Amino acid sequence: MAKTLTRADLTESVYRNIGLSRNESSDLVESVLEEICTCLEAGEEVKLSSFGTFSVQSKRQRVGRNPKTGVEAVITPRRVLSFRPSHILKDRVDNA
Amino acid sequence: MTRSELIAKLAAKNPALYHRDIERLVSTILDEIGSALERGDRVELRGFGAFSVRHRKSRVGRNPRTGTSVQVFEKRVPFFKMGKGMRERLNR
Repeated sequence: MAKTLTRADLTESVYRNIGLSRNESSDLVESVLEEICTCLEAGEEVKLSSFGTFSVQSKRQRVGRNPKTGVEAVITPRRVLSFRPSHILKDRVDNA
Repeated sequence: MTRSELIAKLAAKNPALYHRDIERLVSTILDEIGSALERGDRVELRGFGAFSVRHRKSRVGRNPRTGTSVQVFEKRVPFFKMGKGMRERLNR
């Protein structure tokens, strides 16, 4: 059965690998994510070698449809986050 | 921003830490996410997004240059879906 990892699991491995307190480890995990978010918010790409690339894409306005009711609705222009896994990560996941 | 620029920014904000510990921090996080996906597990980071593994069925593909059909085997690919918090931050 697939398990779900959360911040707590990341904090725990950082705590075990680096040897700082659990609190500090937790703050550091948070600051890594925050640093990535801030950069993406500014529209900049985040390239993490051997992991993948996060980039922000701008979507134009389009007409969509509520799949449940079938009612047409205008979808406003928006920005979305996309992730392109690196070949290394793809190979790891596929060959496991 | 690259991995090394990320490490440099974190180092500037945490002057009390050794540079190699910051490097280890970043690689631990990325490795841990990678290993979870390798096991077929999900990683959910509230406010940021969730990583999961998606299965692609085998299909008959085509070499775009020559037009010959080739069998593409089924595979597992890493997938990321942005979280609500991130969506709000990108669309303020």
